[in-house]
Amino acid sequence: MRVLVAMSGGVDSSVAAARLVAEGHDVAGATLKLWGGPQSSGCCSVADVDDARRVAQQLGVPHHVFNYASEFERDVVEPYVAAHAEGRTPNPCIECNRHIKFDRLLERARRLGFDRLATGHHARVCEQGGKLSLRRGADPLKDQSYVLSMLGQSQLGAIALPVGDMTKSEVRAEAARLGLRTAAKPDSQDVCFIHGPEGREGFLASRLELHAGDVVDAETGLALGAVGAVELVTVGQRRGMPAAGAPRYAVAVDVATRRVTVADSVHAAVHEVSLAPGSVTWVDRPLADGEEAVAQMSAHGRPARCTVHAGAPEAGLRCRFPVAQRPVAPGQTLALYDVADPDAVLGAGIVAGSGGRT
Amino acid sequence: MDRTDTDRRAPAGDPPLTYLDHAASTPVRDEVVEAMAPFAAQVFGHPSGHHRQARAARQAVEDARDQVAGLLGAVPGEVVFTSGGTEADNLAVLGVLGAAARRRSGGETVVVSSAIEHAAVLEACRAAAARLPGVEHARVGVDTRGVLDLERLGEALDARVSLVTVMLANNEVGTVQPLSDVVTLTRRLAPGAVVHTDAVQGAAWLDVALAARGVDLVSVSAHKLGGPKGAGALVVREGTELEPLVLGGGQERERRAGTHDVAGAVGLATAMAAVAKERDAEAVRVGALRDRLADGLLDAVPSVTEAADRKSVLPGLCHLCFEGVDREELVVLLDEAGVCVSAGAACASGALEPSHVLAAMGVPARIARGSIRFSLGHTTSPADVERALAVVPEAVARLRG
Repeated sequence: MRVLVAMSGGVDSSVAAARLVAEGHDVAGATLKLWGGPQSSGCCSVADVDDARRVAQQLGVPHHVFNYASEFERDVVEPYVAAHAEGRTPNPCIECNRHIKFDRLLERARRLGFDRLATGHHARVCEQGGKLSLRRGADPLKDQSYVLSMLGQSQLGAIALPVGDMTKSEVRAEAARLGLRTAAKPDSQDVCFIHGPEGREGFLASRLELHAGDVVDAETGLALGAVGAVELVTVGQRRGMPAAGAPRYAVAVDVATRRVTVADSVHAAVHEVSLAPGSVTWVDRPLADGEEAVAQMSAHGRPARCTVHAGAPEAGLRCRFPVAQRPVAPGQTLALYDVADPDAVLGAGIVAGSGGRT
Repeated sequence: MDRTDTDRRAPAGDPPLTYLDHAASTPVRDEVVEAMAPFAAQVFGHPSGHHRQARAARQAVEDARDQVAGLLGAVPGEVVFTSGGTEADNLAVLGVLGAAARRRSGGETVVVSSAIEHAAVLEACRAAAARLPGVEHARVGVDTRGVLDLERLGEALDARVSLVTVMLANNEVGTVQPLSDVVTLTRRLAPGAVVHTDAVQGAAWLDVALAARGVDLVSVSAHKLGGPKGAGALVVREGTELEPLVLGGGQERERRAGTHDVAGAVGLATAMAAVAKERDAEAVRVGALRDRLADGLLDAVPSVTEAADRKSVLPGLCHLCFEGVDREELVVLLDEAGVCVSAGAACASGALEPSHVLAAMGVPARIARGSIRFSLGHTTSPADVERALAVVPEAVARLRG
């Protein structure tokens, strides 16, 4: 098989490439330049590209650098900034997977005659009865099925995830055994285009006008304090929220009125999460109204049982939780897993809102 | 030289190599390899020393200098050996502006460049404007065919200008620039200014002594014309004030310190001499191959545009835009077929950057996305061109789906 491996310069994609080469495939590596100049850290720094190139050289496979900086800006960074301006908190890694890696790069791999696009994600693609399933990676601590949960059959049929059946320590051991320079490289952290001491706040402040706002208690309607920038508050956040007696969680962010609404843990908890119409994707078939599933609402969030309620298509999807959940920020992705087979992803959608408070 | 044996350039096991990227770098000519060989282990002395080993090395450097000077229409004392074209360009821009800024002691001065200069010039101009007090950088645009707009140049020139830098020929689209007009305009409108030309691409095809007549500073590079990488020169006309960039032992009349790269200087001189000897014949031979390639592709592939007017382009250059194709993909497919071409300049990571040259020519981004530079040179054979003509249309069709 001809396989194009997306090589970030990290250990997972290095070992993914090495495994494919060892299996006898015709492999080429590609590193994406998504962001930044020579000084930038994150997933597309020059040092990371150098690592990817050196690993490819060691494996004896061609290596290409593809510049997707303008597409990344348009499809990932600008929507990220725009969402924050509206008080939503998107997951840019998921949007990058959706728009760049498993769309543009996958299409490019097809045009270039590759049979598969491989990545170093910790997740598995399995076939059962002619259907492909996306399953959690073998290492529960490193599972990345959540950030791939938007993939459908056609994409799953065109990708390979060679390290999905390995634990992280097995990946590192394999890299060390092969003498790959990335064997001991630390895992990447956070969002690739946000780094340095200024972090998210500094990045957004450079792109947006941030507004101070009031913090208001959901129960009493009383002002409890203030925040420096409502755009930086994420629904569900506790840090920085005034604690009047008990800790308070942000339950709503209204940028227009510059108001953050908070509640204590009991009143913040939600029983229902709605997914934005048009955002819902299925690995195979849609869940029927009233079917049960297990929902995960962040990369390493705790899975929770829910029932799916599908109204009219334009109404999106609602997930009802018998056990109350911490509020989830609009813009986040909710991934659905199979109740009977909890490693299997069923689908995903983007959170529009949460409610049904007790 | 054996022009039919293209396979000898391909690593064992790879498809036959069709190398059409001479504007990026060229294989070293056999006579150059031969001329450089003694300076590895046989004549290894420090040219600034005082014994027979040193004298032999020094003589080689000075012989090379005489040769380079003769070929560039300079006197030997005007030739400064550098580590290549980039250093020569940097030294010209920062050296002249450094001296000018000091002379004017903080008063305003301007460096005027074309908008399509190589990064070695543009980045040096940018650095000069950022680091030196009172220095401004003005860029003069080109027409839609990639030739400097002389009217705009005239408007940019006045008594404040210290340096005018315009390349002899562009490295991306190959357009030869109207240097003699640049010199005339500068002398008339900015009499205090010196003129620099980056002749790195042009020197492989044109008689620089003629084409850059009256120019004060000329940059050349060895590896673009069959010489080694890491060797180049800057001609600095007598009387041109220049601050050195590399400080140390005072070599090159205190314009460029550091132990001479003896083999590099010999390699540069030998390669330039080889170019001069075959220049007229090669321009005809390679020009015809280029025309065959360009016309063949324009014929065989729909929706292709030629960025520049061929009559103003170097004989070895063929720059085409394949609409509806991404150059990153076309380069990969051609590479797989053993055809080496360039799709533009890369950034530090190796990723292709949008072309400032095509942007200056007003080429829409949609068209520039599919731009490919084929560059022919002294090793190019008719078989290379035929192979490209066989491979490129198929690759383009495949990418267009």
